[in-house]
Amino acid sequence: MQLASLLAIAAVCLATVSVGSLGLRMSRATSDFYVAGRAITPRRNASAIAGEYLSAASFLGVAGLIWQSGIDILWFPIGYTVGYLVLLVLIAAPLRRSGAYTLSDFTELRLESRALRAFASLLIIGIGILYVLPQVQGAGLALRQATGWPTWVGSAVVAVVVFLAVAAGGMRSITLVQAMQYWIKLTAIAIPAFVLLAIWSRGDVGSVDFGDWAIPSTDPVGLYTTYSTMLALCLGTMGLPHVLVRFYTNPDGRDARRTTVGVIGLLAVFYLFPPIYGALGRLELPRLAPGSRLDTMALQLPGAMTDGLLETVLTAMLAGGAFAALLSTTSGLIVSVAGVIDQDVLRPLIARRSGEDARGAATYRLATAIAVLLPFVLSRLLEPLGLATTVTLAFAVAASTFAPLLVLGVWWPRLTTVGAAAGLGVGTLCALISLAGAFLRVDPGDGWLAALVARPAAWTAPLAFATMVIVSRLTPSRRPPHTNRTLNRLHTPESLLPP
Amino acid sequence: MSPAQRPASERVRVTASRRSAPRHIARAVADELSDQTALGDIYVRGLMRAQLRLAASLLMLTVLLLGSLPILFAIVPQTRSMQVGPLPLPWVTLGVLVYPAIVLLARFYVRASERLEADFVDVIGRG
Repeated sequence: MQLASLLAIAAVCLATVSVGSLGLRMSRATSDFYVAGRAITPRRNASAIAGEYLSAASFLGVAGLIWQSGIDILWFPIGYTVGYLVLLVLIAAPLRRSGAYTLSDFTELRLESRALRAFASLLIIGIGILYVLPQVQGAGLALRQATGWPTWVGSAVVAVVVFLAVAAGGMRSITLVQAMQYWIKLTAIAIPAFVLLAIWSRGDVGSVDFGDWAIPSTDPVGLYTTYSTMLALCLGTMGLPHVLVRFYTNPDGRDARRTTVGVIGLLAVFYLFPPIYGALGRLELPRLAPGSRLDTMALQLPGAMTDGLLETVLTAMLAGGAFAALLSTTSGLIVSVAGVIDQDVLRPLIARRSGEDARGAATYRLATAIAVLLPFVLSRLLEPLGLATTVTLAFAVAASTFAPLLVLGVWWPRLTTVGAAAGLGVGTLCALISLAGAFLRVDPGDGWLAALVARPAAWTAPLAFATMVIVSRLTPSRRPPHTNRTLNRLHTPESLLPP
Repeated sequence: MSPAQRPASERVRVTASRRSAPRHIARAVADELSDQTALGDIYVRGLMRAQLRLAASLLMLTVLLLGSLPILFAIVPQTRSMQVGPLPLPWVTLGVLVYPAIVLLARFYVRASERLEADFVDVIGRG
């Protein structure tokens, strides 16, 4: 069983690196590295976005949480999907039309402030690392589950493979890799689900009673948790660094919208499957293997329901799929975080030291190495929190910082530099409090306080929005001088613009 | 060398500008847009407002459709235990039915916003 899983994981890693090196031959200019020269069709881009977005949290984490907590967790995948709907109607086309490469570029373009750009860059690096961290930890868990090796091996494998894939070809190779990985993941989650369902239905089905597990929670704290999670996921999606950078690879605003619809469709198909694992696990796997974590529940399920060759094959598929999920999300995040480190940290530094411009690909590769090492080191220092929990925190940070900046920046002409800075500051501060509470394992008990700290978006996001609006109203003289020109650019259809 | 010092014999080539005089005096609206005039701003602001109205109504609809579900399950106990075939209603709703609804909303939005933009391009093109 171990050997087959190991082979599946190795195959996924090999495919990632080899398709990545294919991109090496096609990558010439710096823009190829960052945004694939912006010439990717909506169909392929949709597969790539979905492939990148479906992380280990979706593949393993959600199934494990459903197994543990029941129906309330179904809101997680719904939120991950609705996030793209919110992104579609609020910012997809305008953002593509802004012509910026990264979130920092957008911040500078709209607010015309170098200081805010630097702040946005720091936030991107922070959110990116917070999102990569559970992926790296998840890799360790998945490999330990499959082989019994210590967790650092899996983490190191992911770090090396992602570094090779990203440094080799940047965004263009990653687009190919991601598009491929969506289909790997869908196959790897769908086939075992069908097989296990078939096995289960052949047995003595009878009437199944799940008890409270299957009933939505109705107490106020439970409802608050559901709504706050939904708000974090709906608003947070647009503020994730690896999601936005993908939109710049669309040829124009119209294609950006069509791509997003494609993404929603692909996510909707994928998210039909995690609940199947949660429910089957509830029926067939009453207890996890001792010492194993919740996130590996789906990996243990084939062992509980079958044996022999079938068990080996199904476990290997799931392990390979989980690794594909880890690799694709991590590479996507590393591409964008490395882009920011390269553009906003390394290049200015080198330019100041040597007085000349640095050569593109070399600094990009150095930036990639830094972006991979940071979360790897952190993953050795911090005790894992659970995949879906950490990822949801990253969404909450994005929802209370970049979401208000993007929405108000795109739609509200009266946004001022001071207002944006104040809103970002308040959002970051609130997010940090909640992060500290989570990682230092402060135990605020069970009631409202715990819910408010663990699921902060319901109060932090409105607070950040309100701060931006109020401070902007108080400082009307600090409107960026070219606001009108910028907004025209964001909202005018491309067909009207001079080529 | 100042003109006063220039020897009278030096010749200066005089040519007509190769560019023809601007033909149309009336400015097309598209020029107003690309030249960033106040009039262009007003046109785009109109499109922006229309797009924002569309986005806001779509989000409201989404909130009503999805956001009402937890409350519905909380205040109408029958919905929690109702069965659809072999499966409980909340599972069928949250696990399956919401997804086609989200896809339909997204497709509707893309069509509506492309129509808004096409109308805008029509108006500008005629102007």
